Amino acid sequence: MIELKQVGKKYGSKRALNDVTLLIPRGKVIGLVGENGSGKSTLLKLMAGLLTPNTGSATFDGQLITRRIAARVAYMSDTDDFYTYFTVQQLVDFYVSQFEDFDVVKAKEILQFLNVSLHSKIKSLSKGNRGRVKIAVTLAREADIYLLDEPFSGLDPMVRDDIAKGLIRYTDSERQTVIMSTHEIREVEPLLDDIIVMRGGVVIAHESVDEIRDFYGMDATSWMVSLFKDQKERELGK
Amino acid sequence: MSIDFLPDKPIYQQLIDRILGDIMRGTLATGEKLPSVREYAVEVGVNANTMQRVYKELEQMEITETRRGQGSFVTEDQEKIIALRNEMKEQLVTTFLQSVAAFGFTTDEIVQCLQERGGEID
Repeated sequence: MIELKQVGKKYGSKRALNDVTLLIPRGKVIGLVGENGSGKSTLLKLMAGLLTPNTGSATFDGQLITRRIAARVAYMSDTDDFYTYFTVQQLVDFYVSQFEDFDVVKAKEILQFLNVSLHSKIKSLSKGNRGRVKIAVTLAREADIYLLDEPFSGLDPMVRDDIAKGLIRYTDSERQTVIMSTHEIREVEPLLDDIIVMRGGVVIAHESVDEIRDFYGMDATSWMVSLFKDQKERELGK
Repeated sequence: MSIDFLPDKPIYQQLIDRILGDIMRGTLATGEKLPSVREYAVEVGVNANTMQRVYKELEQMEITETRRGQGSFVTEDQEKIIALRNEMKEQLVTTFLQSVAAFGFTTDEIVQCLQERGGEID
């Protein structure tokens, strides 16, 4: 379980997160949505132990989150940062050397499921196949939490579908938690249990997808639009 | 991603309806094994937790049964399926009649129209 208590984060004088309090239980698939610059990536990096809060606290199972949490959390960045001269096989070997929980058999199975050859060089892969490799090596870790920064962004529908199916197939939603930032809410909604909405460094809503449909009678996309409208009206009314 | 869901109803309910439809039409036969939760979730592109809930509710409705270590099966009890058909029929007709009344149609008008057009969808 991840717990954030009144977390604040600044980059220089720029405030990226403001008073964020969140409780993320085990075994949920959570979508993190919000405009660019709303703090999604910062929040993910904080949970991954890549950033430390300026104020408040971030804990995982009661332990303060530090860089060492990387042993239990699989973080997938939104940038391409593989060594391009590696082959896929060498990349897998590299992951084996870095992460104790990396499962080679699972990695090969996922890569096969996604139709990526182990012999290809990273630099010769298409953008879509680099996206597939990225998700494959991330999911091949037996982590407690997967933090995915924009796993679908900039990829064609076939790759997005592959990634979605890989996520369903290769994570165990009973004991593993997945948190992913995304702009493709309409498409991603069927994959989610909960949605966290951010705006200007603040968490403005945290709801279950079933609840949104049951209670508000609309899908997550329309709900989000109405949420933003309400917020703007409130700001103007001030 | 693989099937389109209506926006105003929880996804798990839409999946329950889909499976009930398959059972009532006979696409899923009595006693037939359902795919595993994970397999079916991957096939339709939904979260495995959602699919787990679908299977749990179908079991609570006694339309399916879980056999330990073997998976979920459509009930072999024909009575249960007949009861389900009747219940769904009643529900459908109730909703329909409410709209009929709201628009001020007479029952005769509607019955006639149904008889004329009944063969269209088969």
